[in-house]
Amino acid sequence: MTLKLPIYMDNNATTRCDPRVVEAMLPYFTEKYGNAASRNHAFGWEAEAAVEEARAQVASIIGASAKEIVFTSGATESNNLALKGVASMYRKKGNHIITAVTEHKAVIDPCKRLERDGFQVTFLPVDRFGQVHPEQVAEAITPQTILVSIMAANNEIGTLNPIREIGRVCKEKGVLFHTDAVQAVGKVPIDVQEMGIDLLSLTAHKLYGPKGIGALYVRKKDPRVRLDPILDGGGHERGMRSGTLAVPLIVGFGKACDIAQREMPEEAARLLQLRERLREGIMSRLEETYINGHPTERLPGNINISFAYVEGEALMMGIKDVAVSSGSACTSASLEPSYVLRALGVGDELAHSSIRFGLGRFNTQEEVDFVIDQVVKAVTHLREMSPLYEMARSGIDLKSVQWAAH
Amino acid sequence: MAYSSKVLDHYNNPRNVGSFSTADPNVGTGLVGAPECGDVLKLQILVNPETGIIEDAKFKTFGCGSAIASSSLATEWLRGKTIDEALAIKNTEIVEELALPPVKVHCSVLAEDAIKAAIKNYQEKQAARQASQPQEEVVGA
Repeated sequence: MTLKLPIYMDNNATTRCDPRVVEAMLPYFTEKYGNAASRNHAFGWEAEAAVEEARAQVASIIGASAKEIVFTSGATESNNLALKGVASMYRKKGNHIITAVTEHKAVIDPCKRLERDGFQVTFLPVDRFGQVHPEQVAEAITPQTILVSIMAANNEIGTLNPIREIGRVCKEKGVLFHTDAVQAVGKVPIDVQEMGIDLLSLTAHKLYGPKGIGALYVRKKDPRVRLDPILDGGGHERGMRSGTLAVPLIVGFGKACDIAQREMPEEAARLLQLRERLREGIMSRLEETYINGHPTERLPGNINISFAYVEGEALMMGIKDVAVSSGSACTSASLEPSYVLRALGVGDELAHSSIRFGLGRFNTQEEVDFVIDQVVKAVTHLREMSPLYEMARSGIDLKSVQWAAH
Repeated sequence: MAYSSKVLDHYNNPRNVGSFSTADPNVGTGLVGAPECGDVLKLQILVNPETGIIEDAKFKTFGCGSAIASSSLATEWLRGKTIDEALAIKNTEIVEELALPPVKVHCSVLAEDAIKAAIKNYQEKQAARQASQPQEEVVGA
């Protein structure tokens, strides 16, 4: 079988829309194009029925009821709505929010804005695998705490947090618990009841659905969570998110959740096997490679590896037929290496050397084997060219060198 | 970010990768940058002390494709130049030749710094050698 190049292995960034999802969406562009809020004709009823079916599908994958799902434009909006909506609604109760340093910017930045608006935010540190521990959360909670927001799975390093235990701590202390579960939903089992989750952000495009549609789960009882909306308007989505519903996208989102829920056990096992093949294939053939994140408590399709003495962007150029991403500063607009890797205590030199491989539904074993070969070739080539590799080979401790930092 | 064809060419076919022995008095070595910044560039020149001409140049680079291309290009330009001509190489010429985007200008700065550091190292080694040679003759006499 000949491989189709380039190979997409960046499924933590986004995923290909499943053809079954596209097929489900198509009629809602051209034939069933009604506004779900039109109560007086068949076009509206048809659209509303489709939205309600999708709402039930989205709810089902996280163990929620359909009424608890608020559709948004994506997870950035969901996170903003959860954080700012709770902060505003519960302001009289307290002004303290707890989150973690490795959260996505869509959580960190709203928290920073809330800090400017007079809230106090605790950014919990993580251990060397990137995990937040429930005891840390328990210790950080004060009588002023109104919300804890800890991600289910990290987008860069794939580390899973002990969400169930953190949820239990929050329940005991009577504090609302939000989780950004964008990377986790559809990849690992998530159940808002079992895990004590009060608010949960998810998005369609990470689970083979379309871009531009997401949802926020908002618990309806025990406790009933209330939010101040960010968008004012027609009062859609129980007043929490005004705006005409994107019916085709919602239909696709529902279908994507339905497929993911049914196929998850099989797919997770297959991805885990592919990931381990990739990890072993690379790490057994190249010395001084290091896993970033947790060795076992991680997303089945994600592996993040640092290749000592080789810079990440140069490595990506060397494997140009493979789409991956890097924590190297050279690949970011800020020229700073990944803040997530820094938070784990990974040195900047190894952060610059990191590559994230994100395996997904459409990757094959042939592709994995091809990627292993490409990576080994490129790293070997770049190490031959690396003054750091040469120095380390000749016994020089790179940490003892006086570098002229620029 | 899309790379220019010249950057890609130097990345795929780097010129003059390698090392000279630092023990050779006619070799000057420049090591600039830092691993935690994501760029380290080692540039070496081999100078003919009779003519003062750079006969050969080699590099090793830890860094992005633009850093590799900047160093590779620098070694090409250095060969056959006098020390003074080499000192006149400007980072802006490297930027222009490789069509580096603004975020990659620092790669060219690093290459210019490495050229200057290698020349300085060569000159210091030569000066130290000249300072020690007459003494040896005195001892010999």
